Order: sequence, then C-alpha cells, then structure tokens
Amino acid sequence: MTSEIINDSSAIREEGVDDLIRPREPTSSDGRLKRLLTKKFIIGAVVVLAIVLFGVVGPFFSQDPRAINNIGLTPPSSQHLLGTTQIGADILAQLAYSTRGSLIVGVSVAALTLFLSAFFGILGAYIGGVVDDAFSLFTNVMLVIPGLPLVIVIASYIQNKSVFLVIIVLALTGWAAGARVLRSQTLSVRNRDYVLASRVSGEKTWRVIAVEILPNLLPVMSSGFVFSTLGAILAEAGLSFVGIGATGALTWGTMLSDASNGQALLFGAWWWFAPPGILIAILGAGLSLINFSLDEVINPRLRVHKMPKTEKKVTAS
Amino acid sequence: MTTLQVKNLCKDFRLRSGMKTSILSAVKDVSFELVPGRTIALVGQSGSGKSTVARMIAQLERPTSGEILLDGKPAATRGGGLKRYREEVQMVFQDPFASLNAFHRVGHHLERPIILHKIASGREAVRAKAIELLERVQLTPGEDYIDRRPHELSGGQRQRVAIARALAPSPSVLIADEPVSMLDVSIRLGVLNLLADLQRSENLGVLYITHDLATARHFSDHLMVMYKGEVVEEGTPDDVILHPQAEFTRKLTMAAPEPARNERFLRAAKNYPPRTQGSTAVEDQPRGVA
Repeated sequence: MTSEIINDSSAIREEGVDDLIRPREPTSSDGRLKRLLTKKFIIGAVVVLAIVLFGVVGPFFSQDPRAINNIGLTPPSSQHLLGTTQIGADILAQLAYSTRGSLIVGVSVAALTLFLSAFFGILGAYIGGVVDDAFSLFTNVMLVIPGLPLVIVIASYIQNKSVFLVIIVLALTGWAAGARVLRSQTLSVRNRDYVLASRVSGEKTWRVIAVEILPNLLPVMSSGFVFSTLGAILAEAGLSFVGIGATGALTWGTMLSDASNGQALLFGAWWWFAPPGILIAILGAGLSLINFSLDEVINPRLRVHKMPKTEKKVTAS
Repeated sequence: MTTLQVKNLCKDFRLRSGMKTSILSAVKDVSFELVPGRTIALVGQSGSGKSTVARMIAQLERPTSGEILLDGKPAATRGGGLKRYREEVQMVFQDPFASLNAFHRVGHHLERPIILHKIASGREAVRAKAIELLERVQLTPGEDYIDRRPHELSGGQRQRVAIARALAPSPSVLIADEPVSMLDVSIRLGVLNLLADLQRSENLGVLYITHDLATARHFSDHLMVMYKGEVVEEGTPDDVILHPQAEFTRKLTMAAPEPARNERFLRAAKNYPPRTQGSTAVEDQPRGVA
C-alpha cells in the first residue's frame, strides 16, 4: 500500500542488532500503540477528526443548503462566508452537508467492504479445501472485473439512485483486494501453534476464528478500512461528478459537478469549486498519513528506528 | 485407567506441483500402546514423521488409514465424542514462543480449557483453578503470572504455561512434541524433570517425541526409532541405544558426540561398530548419548 524508502542504512543495522538480542520476541499490543503515535499519525488523525467534526456538527449551524436566492453568484461576504452558487445557495452550508454525505458514503462502504472481505478471505482460508477454492475463485473474478466501468454500467442502468444503492454498488466492486490480503494473512496464522493448541483445547471453530485469529488480523483490517474509506469517497466523488451518482444527494462530488455545470471556472468563482476539492485532497492526505503510520507498525520492513539526537548529528556530518 | 492404542497408523500427503500430483508417505504403519504411567519416546531425524504421528493423535490431522483407540474404542473425530477424547488426550507443542497467542494474557490460555471442559464454573473458581495449574508447573505464586502476557515470560516459563494448559482438562495421555528443543540447554532439564514429576503424580501416559537420544534414554520406558515414516527399531532405551540393530539407529548413536565413548561406553557395548562408519551421515545430529 505504501512505499516508504528507508535511506538510512544505520536504521537497518540497528534493527539487526535488536533482532540478535531478542530473537523471537513478538511485540506487545501496548508497544504497537506507542509506536503508532508518530508525528505522521497525529497530523493525519487531527486533520481527519477536524473534517469529521465539521461534517457531523456543521449542518446544525449552517443555513439551508438548497435555499434559492436571487442574489445569484456572489463572492464570500460576511453574510455568506464562502459566497453563493449561481442560484444563490450558501456554499458553506452546502459544504457542511456534502461533507456529511461523503463521509457517510465512505464509512458505510468501508464497513461493508470489510465485512465482505473478512467473510470471503478469513472463512475461506480457515476452512480450506473446496470452500477455499470456491471463495478464492469468486474473489479472483471480482478482482479482475474493472470496478469503475462496472459501477458506471450499474449506476446508469438504474434511474433514481439512492445513496444506499451507490454504497452497495461501491462495496460490491471494492472488497476483493482486501479479501486476498486477509486470506493470505489467515493462511499464515491458521497453522501457528497457538491456533492448533486452542483446537486441541477443544475450542469451537467460530471461537478459534474470532478469538485467536481475528485479533492478529486487526492491524491489517484497520489499514484496509482506512484505505477503502478513502477509495469510496473518491469513487463516489467521481461518479457524482460524471453525473451518475445518487440523485438529489449532497456530496463533494455533486458540488463539484454543480460547479462545473454552473460554469464556475468561466466566471472565476473559485469559492464554489475550491472548497470541496480542497476538502477531498486534505481528507485524502489525512487518511493516507494514518495509513502510512499503520503500515509502519504492521510491516517491520518499513519500521524506522528512532535514534538519539546526538547520534543523528554524527551520521549527518 | 485409560490406554491409548495406535494401530497401523498411516498418513499420505498429496503434493501438488503444477499439474502433477505425487504422494508423500509421511507415516507408514506405526503401532504402539500407551499405558498410564509409562513414557514412550519417539526418536527420529527431522522429517521422519514423528510430529505427524503426534498431530494425528491430537486429531489435528486425519490419518489416511489405521486406527486410534482410546480404551479399545475408536476415537471420535467430531462433536461431543471428540471433546471427551480431548479431555483425555492433550498435547504440548514444540515452540513455546509460537504456542501462546501474543494477544492474550497467560490466564486466557488456561481458563479457556477449564471452562470448555467444565472443570470449574464461575469466574472466581475458574481463576483459582488457573492459578492452581500455574503453581503445579512451578510458576509460583500463580497470581504473579496469570495476568502477564506471553512476551513477558522466558522460554522455559512459557513452556510451563503450555504444559499447564495441556494439564487443564486432567488428561490421562500427554503428547509432548519436542517440548524442550526450542529451549536453552540450561533450562531443558528443569522442564523435563517437571514433565517426569507430573507424569508420576498424575499417572500420565506420555508420548515423548524428540531427536535427542540422551533425554529419550533418561525419560522413557520404551524407545521407538523412526526413519522415513517407519518405525525401524523399538525396545527398552538401553537395549536400543547400546545394541542398535537397525542401520539408522546405529548412525544415530554414532552421530552423538560422546566423550566416554572410548571407555565406559565401549565396554558396555561389545558389538559397537567401528568409529569410521558414517559418523557424520545423520543431518540432524542428536546431542550427547549419556
């Protein structure tokens, strides 16, 4: 998911030494939490939280986003902090509702995606045999179907699409990659001794999966969740911009689509198209930052060792 | 009194490489009987099928053919029968670093089997039983260990926790799959003595799997040597080690570094083969026969 280049060779050496001293010590979940709280993660989390807060609270304090006013297209003023659209609707209000709309789509699609990929990935890998063959064949088929064109076909076939439908369609086209990752991870975990030991203790299959295997997949799953939230928000924005998104919904995509139809670029109405675009970009950056730091915790090869400041100076000079 | 009987156990693995499938016979026709209070040692090099035997007895792997009998009745493979079987037959795994889930506390590993096999009920009683188990494997006081996480324990302590987990349902048969091969030499003896003590006090039948002839000789009443899936030789440990009949056993005893070889050992074994004969032929060299 990420490609973080470690150009500091001493960091790698440091890790080697550490491996020698404590050869097989698995890291604790507490240690993982501590390592997660990097500068990257905190910046990403603050940005994402700010946008989520805006989407949750904003609509309660803003004006009616669909109110038509004959003042028409006006730049930001004290009355309309982000100006108005061609038909005089308050852009700040639209932005607040759109943020809420986009986030709902993103999170619901990610949740559905997670469920589907966990079902097909984990269950198939754990049970094995014919079930695994069938599940992974199905996953592979879903994986090679190009997502966006399929979404366009489905979305353009159905008139009067609700947000719910868009969520379903995006989830159905987006779960396969996550399922493959979870499948391979489960395959490696299912034959570890502690899973076998719990079977020898007499645990039921569902409990072995839920209590022994699932916790060890959590890092991968959370990173997948963040990734598919971002993917869903971008895909929904793309669909709405093309004009085949949910009808009548307010999302960042519909705002951009309206701005484009309303010749905002021609009139130089930056206050119309810039805010949703910027929010998409910032949210994307924030979620990616979170994902990078999650990845660094999960993938030991991406781990960068913190060195004492004095030592850093030595290597720099 | 529960005896575990294994009759003509075979296991074939299908190997797929591209379109071709070949069959690997990991275990061929292994039979033995495990009586309470006795230890059978299963010795062999890596890949000789000893662990596969253990996994089949622990019902983690289905035998291709052959029977596992508990008190003369075929072992159930599912449902309540399997649960009763697991109450009697428990297993200790090779690698104590992998056999405890790093995600859960020590208590979880002990309390689950206690709850599953209805040894105790109620939160307090289960916890008290888990502490009792910890103290039985000499992790005292148990309260100090029960809330720790596996990574906070040393290898020997972890293996003790794993043994405690296996003892939780009060089994009568214990399969120990190379229980000390991943431990430091200095703590091996402690864990092995613990196993021997428990065997005596609980009257366990133990299947001790190892590649180490020395500990096999110390801790077993009956020794079986496996080579390429087959039992090539069996008998009392002293007999097998001092008068090896099969070619492989001879190599195995030769491969062990033996400081006393020239004196006591040679006197004891009159028909001992000459030193020049393949002393480096065995890849997985066992440590010290003494």
